[in-house]
Amino acid sequence: MDFDLILRVYPFFLEAAWVTIQLSVYSIALGLACGALGAAARLSRSKPARAAGAVYVSVIRGTPALIQLFILYFGGPQIGIQLDAFEAGVIGLGVNIGAYMTETMRGAIIAVDKGQGEAARTLGMSRAQAMRKVILPQAARLMIRPLGVNINAQIKGTALVAAISVVELTYTAQRYIGSTYKPFEMFFLAGVIYLVIIYATGLGISYLDRKAALR
Amino acid sequence: MGLDFTVLPKFIDQLLLGSMWTVAITVSAAVLSFFGGIFLAVVVLYAPKLVSLPFRVFSWLFMGTPLLLQLFLIYFGLIELGVDLPAFVAGVIGLGLHFAVYNSDIIQAGIKAVDTGQYEGARTLGLSKLQTLRKVVVPQAVRAVVPPIGNNMIALLKDSALVSVIGVTELTLSSQLAISKTFRPFEFYLAAAACYYVINLGLEAGLRRIERRIQTAR
Repeated sequence: MDFDLILRVYPFFLEAAWVTIQLSVYSIALGLACGALGAAARLSRSKPARAAGAVYVSVIRGTPALIQLFILYFGGPQIGIQLDAFEAGVIGLGVNIGAYMTETMRGAIIAVDKGQGEAARTLGMSRAQAMRKVILPQAARLMIRPLGVNINAQIKGTALVAAISVVELTYTAQRYIGSTYKPFEMFFLAGVIYLVIIYATGLGISYLDRKAALR
Repeated sequence: MGLDFTVLPKFIDQLLLGSMWTVAITVSAAVLSFFGGIFLAVVVLYAPKLVSLPFRVFSWLFMGTPLLLQLFLIYFGLIELGVDLPAFVAGVIGLGLHFAVYNSDIIQAGIKAVDTGQYEGARTLGLSKLQTLRKVVVPQAVRAVVPPIGNNMIALLKDSALVSVIGVTELTLSSQLAISKTFRPFEFYLAAAACYYVINLGLEAGLRRIERRIQTAR
């Protein structure tokens, strides 16, 4: 292990880690929005909305995220969508994880005891009120842990945008492996940073989960 | 530049060949990840702490870092150590190890869920510890965890696209080669997505059959 080399290059890796964090935060925010929309569509009373939600989930989960990124970034210009690599990364990853989050959120909502919704309706609440005041608050608690799994996967998933040359952590590691021929050192450095980001996020999610359970 | 799907037919053979490689790499990595997962689970749960420690560190590392980075490490790292693996083999090892760690997590939960009476019963009948694990506990545990392992295999199929970056000519790289000749990324990536979707449907149908068979066998 060449520690001098690690000390020399680690500032570049930290810079790249910041890009990875930004990618994660933006794409997770977009994913949560897509997930909420998708879950609403899949649980909707309107047939076309349900069908649209089902197609979204099936197509996105049935094809590789890498291909989706490539279609958006390289194929986009052919249909008039010009994005820079970072934007394409955020949108591609966000829409991708959104499909998984759709299923997570839908699962949590239908896991809330049926009697809860029925009781709320009996008390004279409208369907929307029952959803907003009774079902969603309970479902939100059930969602935290599985959404945490999605988020964890997404942070690692941001490595994919290295393939459309966003200068994030994996791309940086790859570039330095190429120029220094020291794959283990570069893996070690990038790996440590990923581990810190991922296990710190995991701790945050456990904290939220515990806090939600206490109430 | 508009869309022109008439360029596709000329490259259908190439895409089909790529699809076959995608299936080949997925199946090989799936087999490795399945047995690797069982091995890891048994070592982590039953081996002495000192023996299992490196395996637990390995699992922790592989769960906390991206697959793409692991593929780079295996492909380029082993060259540094003097082992020059063909890209296909490096891809299978990378995918297989990555998913072995996830499978191991699931199998550990399955092993813990097997009734302790089963273990005690087998021991009472005179089976050795190893025999008990191999013939009684692990088979029951694996059966119980087929659905979540199936989900991992579906994820594996899609993640197999990543091995295109280390130069395995599977579906993704095949479509990239076609794109470099025709400059039509949208059409070819869409075609590749369609191929993945169809392979995925096949895999899901196969997994459902396995699940059903296991349920009736019980």
